[in-house]
Amino acid sequence: MKKTLIDLIDITKSFDGACVLDELNLSIRENEFLTLLGPSGCGKTTTLRILGGFVTPDQGQVIFDGQDITNVPPNKRNLNTVFQKYALFPHMTVEENIAFGMKISGKSDAYIKDKIQYALKLVNLEGFEKRKPTLLSGGQQQRIAIARAIVNEPKVLLLDEPLGALDLKLRQDMQYELIRLKNELGITFVYVTHDQEEALTMSDTVVVMNQGYIQQMGTPEQIYNEPENAFVADFIGDSNIIDATMIQDELVEILGVKFPCVDKGFGCNTPVDVVIRPEDLILAAPGEGRMDGTVTHVIFKGVHYEMEVLANGFEWLIQSTRSYPVGTKVSLNVDPYNIQIMNKPASEDEKAVAIDE
Amino acid sequence: MKRSKVSFLEKSYVGLIFFLLYAPILILIGCSFNASKSRVVWGGFTLDWYITLFQNEEVISAVKTSLLLTFSAALLATLIGTLACIGITVMKKKSQQGILTVTNIPMLNADIVTGIAIMLLFTRFWNLGFFSMLAAHVTLGVPYVILNVLPKLNQTSRIIYDAAMDLGASPVYAFIKVVLPDIMPGIFSGFLLAFTISLDDFVITYFTKGAGMNTISTMIYQQARRGINPEMYALSTILFLVILMVLWIVNRITASKPQESRD
Amino acid sequence: MNKRKLLAGPYLVWAAGFIILPLLIVLYYGLTSAEGGFTLANLLAIADPIHLKALGESLLIALGSTLISLVVAYPLAYILSKLKGGKSGIIIMMFILPMWINFMLRVLAIQMILSNNGLLNALLGFLHLPLQHIMYSKTAILIGMTYDYLPFMILPVYNAMCKIDRDLLDAASDLGAGKLASFRHVILPLSLPGVVSGIIMVFIPSISEFAIADILGGSKILLIGNVIEQEFSLSSNWNLGSGLSIILMIFIFISMAVMNRTDTQEEGISV
Repeated sequence: MKKTLIDLIDITKSFDGACVLDELNLSIRENEFLTLLGPSGCGKTTTLRILGGFVTPDQGQVIFDGQDITNVPPNKRNLNTVFQKYALFPHMTVEENIAFGMKISGKSDAYIKDKIQYALKLVNLEGFEKRKPTLLSGGQQQRIAIARAIVNEPKVLLLDEPLGALDLKLRQDMQYELIRLKNELGITFVYVTHDQEEALTMSDTVVVMNQGYIQQMGTPEQIYNEPENAFVADFIGDSNIIDATMIQDELVEILGVKFPCVDKGFGCNTPVDVVIRPEDLILAAPGEGRMDGTVTHVIFKGVHYEMEVLANGFEWLIQSTRSYPVGTKVSLNVDPYNIQIMNKPASEDEKAVAIDE
Repeated sequence: MKRSKVSFLEKSYVGLIFFLLYAPILILIGCSFNASKSRVVWGGFTLDWYITLFQNEEVISAVKTSLLLTFSAALLATLIGTLACIGITVMKKKSQQGILTVTNIPMLNADIVTGIAIMLLFTRFWNLGFFSMLAAHVTLGVPYVILNVLPKLNQTSRIIYDAAMDLGASPVYAFIKVVLPDIMPGIFSGFLLAFTISLDDFVITYFTKGAGMNTISTMIYQQARRGINPEMYALSTILFLVILMVLWIVNRITASKPQESRD
Repeated sequence: MNKRKLLAGPYLVWAAGFIILPLLIVLYYGLTSAEGGFTLANLLAIADPIHLKALGESLLIALGSTLISLVVAYPLAYILSKLKGGKSGIIIMMFILPMWINFMLRVLAIQMILSNNGLLNALLGFLHLPLQHIMYSKTAILIGMTYDYLPFMILPVYNAMCKIDRDLLDAASDLGAGKLASFRHVILPLSLPGVVSGIIMVFIPSISEFAIADILGGSKILLIGNVIEQEFSLSSNWNLGSGLSIILMIFIFISMAVMNRTDTQEEGISV
């Protein structure tokens, strides 16, 4: 296990009376690519701005490398930010932008020159020194913003939805670029996004947030395969989320049909949420599966077909490499270990408790 | 967003400048209610200056001239300026730049030169009178209208104009129904600027006015040179209140419109 | 599409008739003598000691009022730009409001305060301090001009400050800049365009001013504006008046060119 670099302890923050973060606890390890993922207004950007020092929490502490930096201003912190809209200085050239932090800290001209060359090479923009940032494309500005941040050799790089303004192809290229950068630099990245695909592709750790609470924290695989609640399941990828009853250990009743599963410890006849990923549903001839239904929609998606099947009053979303025409009678089946059982949250407070443990 | 706080020192500075800006105006207002003709001795409260003000033929005629001049100049400038903007946007870049350079001249040139130039034109070929003043004021106002309308036209109107045509609107219909509402705020603020600049102007009016004619500005100038009459204080107070009211109304109108969301 | 161009027609005619033609007439008068022959005498008349002194004093007072306005308005605009939300609109409105009050009324108000038996001296007398005879001096003109034109400096500087993206200040801070460095490297260079237009908006009316000098300076102080005005209103020497106007115009355009130069240069060397 790598050493913990940052600890956020009991962070609470409200703006104009609206609570944005409520007793948030989060540990970030050295050399980790950690992503804060969630819909807008979930508190992820506020968390990042608290790390950067632009927002002071109402309560709680920010521990960085063993030191309490809660009230240290941004200019005295050993971390740098890549801003959402890049925030490049429009009156300076690319070179001057990158040199800014190093000039402030009083580095020698020779050092600065070397660093600029190194950084531009790292982001594949050699020869852009004398350009004005306003004349560059979004992707290029993005790279300059990254170069400007990393030349200061921060221990942590904070990235606030840095790919949000780029088009799809460029965004995918930049994802690989960021992973490469992180590995070359060997520093911690804290990344904020609302794009679940970005989060799953790049991160070592994903933190799913909603309404100021951490919903789940784990590796991309854990988040995808074992969502802890309906929100996470719904937010990450497509899924079928159904009300169900846990009859006993390893047996759940979904829409009146009993399915064997692998989960235990929910008690008897307990209402639960069940998540089944669309690619985990298996289609069979009528009568051969556990639940019969009719195909109502088919869409070709490239890699697979996406179908909707009406069975026992529920529209099931199914992905399959084989297509069935609309109107076909089919039967559904699921492997027991692909059924994910989740407690129903009784209230907002209970969600928070679930996170704290 | 976190913003740096405004300190006590900074607040005091703002307060001080505010005081220096308004003290003279407040003194003017105070004097308008002073029964004594002296500026420093308080002779008791009176409304006499207001009563005599409204009986003063010279004042009444100057106010009338000012209002007529300002309204017609601002309207004409808005009309000419807006039409010009619509025409300019479809021109080539080079002609656009040429026209805008000429447009900048009355804004950047000294008022005294603009005033003298128009005076020379009129004394040479016509007579000085109401029309020469009007011409001068329109000339001064048009650049401000163009400055306010042109950016609006360049922004979105091109796209929505095309969209309206695509949906089957005729060019004229598309313009009236779609483009005009879009640039209306620009036209409105252009009109307002042309109006205030015309109302405030002294120099250009001074040179282009006909003999015996006065606007409020030129009348106060004449009075100030021969020793001021307290009626002028009363007039100042009324003008100040009118301006305050107009700005308040304008502010209410703009505030009630949905603001562009930031962030 | 070409029909739309025609809508600019009225304005083009107007601009030709009331912007370009009048200036040509000024040029004509300025370059001819009373008898109608070509001469440069009206332009060279600026070398006359009286005219030269008037131009010098105009320049001095204009520079003075521009500088004072800038020094007063810059911190004010900076503070106002930090205000947030609904009330900032009203506060900035209140600082611009004097712009809407008739120009002559503002001069009048200053006259009331500064005159020998005015409010300032009444106050000084009350405090048993020595009375000041500011009225009819260059100081009075300077005070009057600064008071009159200050809002024209506040507004453009404030607008330029407000346009500065707050993210840039966060970025500067993130890169290690303290408050002073942020101001010097980000706020100052980015507010410069506003400063330049503020200077132009104050300097141009100041240098050609004659009414303020007339009322607050008495007939003692002659500025270049007064000289030109008198050539037209008293001496009826239109040729000389036009010649001096041309000089004034050239003077203004040169100052503006210099201003725009410094603006672009400053941008280049800001780090």
